[in-house]
Amino acid sequence: MTYILIDKSQWAGGLAAAEKAYRLFGPVQQGAMSNFAPLAPGQTPDLDGLNTRMSARSVVYPQSEILFEYSLDPQDPEANVLRETPPPPKPAAAVGIRPCDAYSFLLVRRNFDAPDVKDVYWLRNYEATTFIGLACDQPGGTCFCTSAGCGPYSEQGLDVLLKDTGEAYLAKVITAKGTAFMAAAGWSTDAPADSEAQFDRGKEAAEAKIVSTVETDRLAEIPQMALYDADFWDEIAFSCINCGTCTYLCPTCWCFDIQDEVHGKHGIRERNWDSCMFPLFTLHGSGHNPRGQKVQRVRQRFMHKLKYYVDKYGNGIQCVGCGRCIQYCPVNIDIRKVCQLMNRFGQDASCKVA
Amino acid sequence: MQAYTEKMREIARRLLKECRVETVIGFRKGSMPMMNEPCLVKSIDDVDQLVWDGNCGINLANYLTNRTDKIAVFAKGCDSRNIVTHIIENKIKREQLVIIGVPCKGMIDKRRIRSMAPGEITEVVEDGENVRVRGADFEKSFPRKDMLQSNCAVCIHRNPVIYDELVADLVPEQQNVDRYEDVRAIEAMSPDERWQFFEDLLAPCIRCYACRNACPLCYCPTCFVDESAPQWVGKSQNPVDVRTFHFLRAYHCAGRCTDCGSCERACPMGINMRMFTKKLEKEALDQWGWEAGLSLDQRPPLDWYRPDDPQDFIK
Repeated sequence: MTYILIDKSQWAGGLAAAEKAYRLFGPVQQGAMSNFAPLAPGQTPDLDGLNTRMSARSVVYPQSEILFEYSLDPQDPEANVLRETPPPPKPAAAVGIRPCDAYSFLLVRRNFDAPDVKDVYWLRNYEATTFIGLACDQPGGTCFCTSAGCGPYSEQGLDVLLKDTGEAYLAKVITAKGTAFMAAAGWSTDAPADSEAQFDRGKEAAEAKIVSTVETDRLAEIPQMALYDADFWDEIAFSCINCGTCTYLCPTCWCFDIQDEVHGKHGIRERNWDSCMFPLFTLHGSGHNPRGQKVQRVRQRFMHKLKYYVDKYGNGIQCVGCGRCIQYCPVNIDIRKVCQLMNRFGQDASCKVA
Repeated sequence: MQAYTEKMREIARRLLKECRVETVIGFRKGSMPMMNEPCLVKSIDDVDQLVWDGNCGINLANYLTNRTDKIAVFAKGCDSRNIVTHIIENKIKREQLVIIGVPCKGMIDKRRIRSMAPGEITEVVEDGENVRVRGADFEKSFPRKDMLQSNCAVCIHRNPVIYDELVADLVPEQQNVDRYEDVRAIEAMSPDERWQFFEDLLAPCIRCYACRNACPLCYCPTCFVDESAPQWVGKSQNPVDVRTFHFLRAYHCAGRCTDCGSCERACPMGINMRMFTKKLEKEALDQWGWEAGLSLDQRPPLDWYRPDDPQDFIK
């Protein structure tokens, strides 16, 4: 493992150099919130906030993405030819992404990069992105990453992990992609000999600050249909207003909707994020809706993340513990409580939603 | 607030015990500071879940739509006005409801308090006239009256307009409130400035529809943005479609909106889309002297014609 020291006086200059070879993304202050967005030329990411309002999902998987365009104009020599959106001219780098968000791409990849089906658009963007993470030294009260498969110093899905030491960033270079980014930025100062120990100490201290956990140990063994028919879904779903806040803020939600839009003689096919909370999500052409009621949609969201995914991939829950859905649910539906109810199903008769 | 909570539990317990209602709709304590969760209590054993404080800003009328049971519902001023609107619009029957009035002192603005705290908030306590905010390494106190949601700060209907029970004595209504200062500021803008204002206002919108879904007025079986045959509105982040959604939703609320603030409160991006509905609320007041949901005996201005209705808009 290589460690490099980036003095903060070299930070902006390094990013300016990297900008020649990469499209840079990072946390950007937008009004009262911070969001993951393209950095303007010369702009440095805002690394002070804990985590961005929207996850970094859009770096690889934009909320609306044009897949191809076409012309319906008979005069156009390329009439009725599908013109694929060309790939971006430069690779991307997500600078200051938090370890939970970086880990989320590995979960989402299981869906978009399956042995039998490859999503070329997602993969193209994913493979062209370098993930420069920033370790979380001050995790928040709703962060439960350590019990969701990652952690404040998790390196999963990252090419570089940065640690803020006050005057400098200590960089742990994890992959060849990370090495290439550091070279493009011109950061090459040897890090102190105790760098590894600094990361170890930081990790231990940060993990000790995580106050929130979920239990997931029984999820795999409880029969699917037993959980599906559990008696707590009505109570969990009561307050839900069926908005898309939880699914759109979630780094691991991957569902989309394909739309054709034609204006005059110009058409596009695009895909947009979709949400299992919306009635339209499962509406059939016949008019039948297998999830016509709110409770069915709420159940679907939690069953997908905490049961179907667990059963299908055998690799934990489809959640990284970033806490966004807890923070911003308008009616305070808390995935930690739901996870506990599911995990203790059939075991703890006194277990209540409240 | 503790007195409210205790009285609420007492009333709920009595109503359930006497079988006057099958369910009670109220709030229970949330898992985070400044968040409570709407809840449905069916059993006397669960009555002690019920709580009340300045974090009950979600409008409970939204949970009554098309219910068929006999329900007790807690209603602050705005909720009660939306219950009236619901009854007028046949979304619930008066006979099904036991309305437990909650004289309201305004809901606290969680975003404002978060923005004024130097770090992550771990506890918020309403202490009479003050709100005490604690974090791991700070404690601050703010006057409660300065921390209200912006709609609550200019509310002149804090007391329920219709009720069967009350959890406390009625509170004095705010006097001499300038309710539409913000709307006038937008009206005074040039068209270009106003356009830019709305562009900036809507720029963070992710079309999660939390505003629509938190709104008791938005009960259409299928919202126009969800129609797929024919499809009226695009689904992408195209600003034309985002605008179309917000503009049309606002117009659907004209003459019906009580400025309860649920939409703004629910928005995960902190958008004040009330700037649209409030303008229409002001128009309804200016044109017809109408405020929504004050009486069961009056039809709303947009579903009624009177020969003396103002007609100046016909040019």
